[in-house]
Amino acid sequence: MSSYTAHFKVWRGDADGGGLADYQVEVNDGEVVLDIIHRLQATQAADLAVRWNCKAGKCGSCSAEVNGRPRLMCMTRMSVFSREETVTVTPMRTFPVIRDLVTDVSFNYTKAREVPAFVPPQGVAAGEYRMAQQDVERSQEFRKCIECFLCQNTCHVVRDHDENKPAFSGPRFLMRVAELDMHPLDAAAEAGLDRAASAQDEHGLGYCNITKCCTEVCPEGIHITDNALIPLKERAVDRKYDPLVWLGSKIRRRGQ
Amino acid sequence: MPPLVTAVGLALFVTYATWRAFANSHYYAAPYVSPFYSPCLASNCQDMKGGADWPLFGSWWGLSPALLVLVFPLGFRLTCYYYRKAYYRGIWSSPPACAVAEPHAKYTGETRFPLILQNSHRYFFYLALVVAGILTYDAVLGFRDEHGNWGHMGLGTLVLLANIALIWAYTVSCHSCRHVIGGKLRHFSRHPVRYRLWGWVGTLTARHMLLAWSSLISVGVADFYVYLVSSGAFDDPRFF
Ligand code: SF4
Ligand code: SF4
Ligand code: FES
Ligand code: FES
Repeated sequence: MSSYTAHFKVWRGDADGGGLADYQVEVNDGEVVLDIIHRLQATQAADLAVRWNCKAGKCGSCSAEVNGRPRLMCMTRMSVFSREETVTVTPMRTFPVIRDLVTDVSFNYTKAREVPAFVPPQGVAAGEYRMAQQDVERSQEFRKCIECFLCQNTCHVVRDHDENKPAFSGPRFLMRVAELDMHPLDAAAEAGLDRAASAQDEHGLGYCNITKCCTEVCPEGIHITDNALIPLKERAVDRKYDPLVWLGSKIRRRGQ
Repeated sequence: MPPLVTAVGLALFVTYATWRAFANSHYYAAPYVSPFYSPCLASNCQDMKGGADWPLFGSWWGLSPALLVLVFPLGFRLTCYYYRKAYYRGIWSSPPACAVAEPHAKYTGETRFPLILQNSHRYFFYLALVVAGILTYDAVLGFRDEHGNWGHMGLGTLVLLANIALIWAYTVSCHSCRHVIGGKLRHFSRHPVRYRLWGWVGTLTARHMLLAWSSLISVGVADFYVYLVSSGAFDDPRFF
């Protein structure tokens, strides 16, 4: 087993401000960035705040930015850095800092609440839902999401523009809209809710310029842009810009 | 792909295509026609024996006939989800790279005019199907010799065939195609054939960037080949 001393810079501070602090810290074979942060807590900075839970890339708690790249600290191996390299760990930039590496991600909970829930189909009791595998497999990809919010943090629509936050739900929750719109049993349309149109009107789908950074950072490897956002844009076109569908809805509205 | 490579690649193609589109010469070397000049919709085209030569616009059109048809592939590629990503990142720096701050004070994405027009992509896709059909016809005509007799094959035939294969692969791998063919459905289980087609198209869609670049290059190469043969700089090798 070999070990060495690495140079770490870790952002320390709170809502009122802060800066990078320097540390020399021991690194052993097979360790990940989160191990080193824990060693710092144990040996040099007992009050260093960090959110984590599973250390297995499954709880989505330990999101941060390592050398400027949004990542899960527990899934970032130290072996990807050379021994001489300084490793800089900062909190996610898009969300307000609470303390050190811990950010306030409540933006995401607000956005989650804004997506109307699954609408149960009429006349089918809860235990009677039957769905074919091929009808649910698209949603199954989206349900691999561990809600680490790295995609929300990286998306330039809100990362660089705080003012867009009220209008834009972000990739994670647009994907949720797509999931429900593709759900074989969701009865939103019958209840008068057009999910595809609302993605554009209420959740800011038009802000996304499909530049795929959400897909690049997703630790679950979900093809967010190709399989959720672009299909959702196409569904919105069906609802809003397809002359035949538009004409149909005009006629139906007149009949009401 | 690094943004700089993307930007340079696009700029090279645009420069070349602009020159060739305005040149209005050396686009036909029987039996091969350059993909930039097909179909010919004005009556000022060179005679293209049996080719896609339909002077719908009549004789008032005095500019290069390529300009009439290039708007369709241009619109298709400009509104393509892959090219959008490429030029938003590579040229507009929005974003320059993931998690790198963008240099714009304001950002509204595709929510308003003119970028809201990107939503028209599917209609360009339908037109692109027609264009691909015509280029397929041109490639088939490559099996005739310069006098119009069937049973010919030259290097030019192969160039046109390779180009049209890539054009089809690019067109079919379009995200709008994937949507129309099956993606829009809620119940795949009720449409087994479309479900299967959707799966195949999806395999191609995953390679859309690769197909976008290879078909862009092949179109340029096919045009340049016709230019070389037509201007007499190169003699088309004949296989039979
Ligand atoms: S693809 Fe859209 S949602 Fe994803 S990061 Fe880019 S702009 Fe944001
Ligand atoms: S979609 Fe991926 S990046 Fe976004 S929250 Fe879910 S797991 Fe994280
Ligand atoms: S600690 Fe659970 S994902 Fe990193
Ligand atoms: S051609 Fe690229 S997405 Fe349609």
